[in-house]
Amino acid sequence: MSGRVLVGVKRVIDYAVKIRVKPDNTGVVTDGVKHSMNPFCEIAVEEAVKLKEKKLIKEVVAVSCGPQQSQETIRTALAMGADRGIHVDVSGKDYENLGPLQVSKILAALAKQEDAQLILLGKQAIDDDCNQTGQMTAALLDWPQGTFASEVSLEGDKINLVREIDGGLEHIKINTPAVITADLRLNTPRYATLPNIMKAKKKKIVTVKPADLGVDVTSRLEVLKVEEPPQRQAGRV
Amino acid sequence: MTRDKITRSFQLHYKIKMLLKISNSSCCPTCFLQLVLPPVSTVMAGLLKRALRLRTALRCLCDYNMLSRSTATLSPVDFHSPFLTCSSEQVLASTRKLHAGADGSKVSPSAAPERLPFCRVTEEDLAFFRKILAGRTIVDPDLVEPSNVDWLKSVRGSSEVLLRPQTTEEVSQILSYCNSRNLAVNPQGGNTGLVGGSVPVYDEIILSTSLMNKILNFDSISGVLTCQAGCVLENLSFYLEERDYIMPLDLGAKGSCQIGGNVATNAGGLRLLRYGSLHGTVLGLELVLADGQVLDCLSTLRKDNTGYDLKQLFIGSEGTLGVITAVSILCPRKPKSVNVVFLGCETFEQLLKTFQLCKSMLGEILSAFEFLDSECMRLLNTHLKLPNPISDCPFYIVIETSGSDPTHDAQKLHNFLEEAMTSSLVSDGTVATEEAKIKALWSLRERVTEALTHDGFTYKYDISLPVERIYQLVTDMRKHLGNRAKSVVGYGHVGDGNLHLNVTSPSKDPALLAAIEPFVYEWTASCRGSISAEHGLGLKKRNYIYYSKQSQAVALMGNIKAMLDPKGILNPYKTLPDNLKQ
Repeated sequence: MSGRVLVGVKRVIDYAVKIRVKPDNTGVVTDGVKHSMNPFCEIAVEEAVKLKEKKLIKEVVAVSCGPQQSQETIRTALAMGADRGIHVDVSGKDYENLGPLQVSKILAALAKQEDAQLILLGKQAIDDDCNQTGQMTAALLDWPQGTFASEVSLEGDKINLVREIDGGLEHIKINTPAVITADLRLNTPRYATLPNIMKAKKKKIVTVKPADLGVDVTSRLEVLKVEEPPQRQAGRV
Repeated sequence: MTRDKITRSFQLHYKIKMLLKISNSSCCPTCFLQLVLPPVSTVMAGLLKRALRLRTALRCLCDYNMLSRSTATLSPVDFHSPFLTCSSEQVLASTRKLHAGADGSKVSPSAAPERLPFCRVTEEDLAFFRKILAGRTIVDPDLVEPSNVDWLKSVRGSSEVLLRPQTTEEVSQILSYCNSRNLAVNPQGGNTGLVGGSVPVYDEIILSTSLMNKILNFDSISGVLTCQAGCVLENLSFYLEERDYIMPLDLGAKGSCQIGGNVATNAGGLRLLRYGSLHGTVLGLELVLADGQVLDCLSTLRKDNTGYDLKQLFIGSEGTLGVITAVSILCPRKPKSVNVVFLGCETFEQLLKTFQLCKSMLGEILSAFEFLDSECMRLLNTHLKLPNPISDCPFYIVIETSGSDPTHDAQKLHNFLEEAMTSSLVSDGTVATEEAKIKALWSLRERVTEALTHDGFTYKYDISLPVERIYQLVTDMRKHLGNRAKSVVGYGHVGDGNLHLNVTSPSKDPALLAAIEPFVYEWTASCRGSISAEHGLGLKKRNYIYYSKQSQAVALMGNIKAMLDPKGILNPYKTLPDNLKQ
């Protein structure tokens, strides 16, 4: 086993920012708006770094798909303890239409290329709330999946997982290699401390294009309209 | 008067005469009165008045040298010397007895004075208020109660009437009426003040600005916001942020404090380092004076040198010169890039060096420089369950940068952090650029006050000192108090030279208070610092004004107060020392 973990991190609009819909209703305003790492991806990175600190895995590789700015998100992952980064360069129209299916194809290709033992993702992104990438990636690789994980422990070449589901907590045991998606209570992400932030500047980020991985990122979905939810009316007692 | 009282008054009279003779050469009239006044009733006060007149008359016959000495700044040494240089222990003993209350206990200068002879509220008065404020004249004790107690739960008044006007006109009618009826009025905003200035001492009518919360105008070109005095600071911030501006001040109490109160107390806050004080950012005020006159100085002009700048008098007047009803304030643009850094230092000297490094390398993008000590962190961990984002250090710094270009700021910040780490000024730290993390790091500084309230009864001191000496006061206080206090913490706006020194005890402890005061004030005065940097004087610190201001200046303040509020109905018992009220 390579002992390598691939962690997917997504650059999303910061959750504290008030979202505004573009006047032409084609999407939301992203220019000049504060972006940061998806909170669930942070939890995934934290889990990967924890596993490395426990010496259960050897290397953590952070991956992000998007434009140039996605490199900042990878840097944050590096500052939290990831070893190196891979930036899959997708920009312009392709980026606007990038969805779970394309990302999961990219991750599957990278997993094969990097000989990854484990893929850790956030359960969903806070901008589209799809909750599909992890599941699709596992299907494409024909790997077992442990989604909504609130506890992860490695036991030899198997993984014990506790999943948070509607009915309560489900305990499962899956083989490696596997895909795990992190839920909220898996851990509390650490603050990146200064020494690590300084070290992260020196860690490598490699840029690749989807075509290099043999992935076609054309979307089969077309966004027709984006509009704000109806304004909340004042209640009456 | 009973026989006992008669005997005592004669004894007092005799003692005063004796003291006057002995202390004639070196006693400052104000400090003499300050020591003597607290426990005496109106009859005694009359006696003392006569004594003072005699004294002044004698003084005029004296050497002019002595006169000039007495008007010099009151230093802590002088404060005690008239009595200490006197030969006999007997004199000292009798002065201590003068200090004593009826039960022999020492009365603190921060305790409330006797009730002044204002009228009491009658049914007729209530009928008048109900006529102009239909449904907003509150007499239900349960509803008035929260406005009778301050945020620290340290002082309680016994007001029975809470008025909630919505317009300046209503305020004017209320004050005009109260002035003619000699009813005392306590203007109240968010009631977040920390010196007991926002709540009644006795039965003063509470005049709340809470319903005066309209934003009147915002000019997006000049950035001038005009609003009523009852607007909550956080709401104004939200309003401005949508329009790409921010308020020039920010403080932990922003969710409750109102802009009128902020202006009345000349609030400082976390952004003063960058945007300056309210004296600079407030462009105009609309006020109602004690007699009900509306003073419209609500200008929105940046520059206006036509006559005396009256609004400056009211900024920081703590509701004693007039009631602020509207404010126009200059707001800065919302910075496009905000970074917050949380650092840990081993010593205070390193902290100061970090500050110098910060100023030189971050320069114009620096917008806040705050510190807290390890005791504060312990309280945050224990009472609020907020974790330490970095390793444990003796001192922590919160630095905020605000600028218009994220790349430029990030580069400057990176250079500064690299320098700070390589020169070992800083032992650990973390950086936040995301909104959520920024809030989390700021809450470590903003919520110390809250954590302290959970630790026990808090004694708060807000001191301005030369920057290098700021932490010395905390260490000296710890040594001085030893085991008597539960916690002694220091935190604050180190960038502005402003220390918040707090001492906690399991419950209210007069012995502890006696150990803390006047030690803390004397220490401050010995560095020529301010005994109240931004909290104001209110009720608790009114008599300590002489530690930081000359008696001539205070006397002039008294004259101004008498001119603007001859009956003294606006926020009585506050801000100005008791000995001025003759």
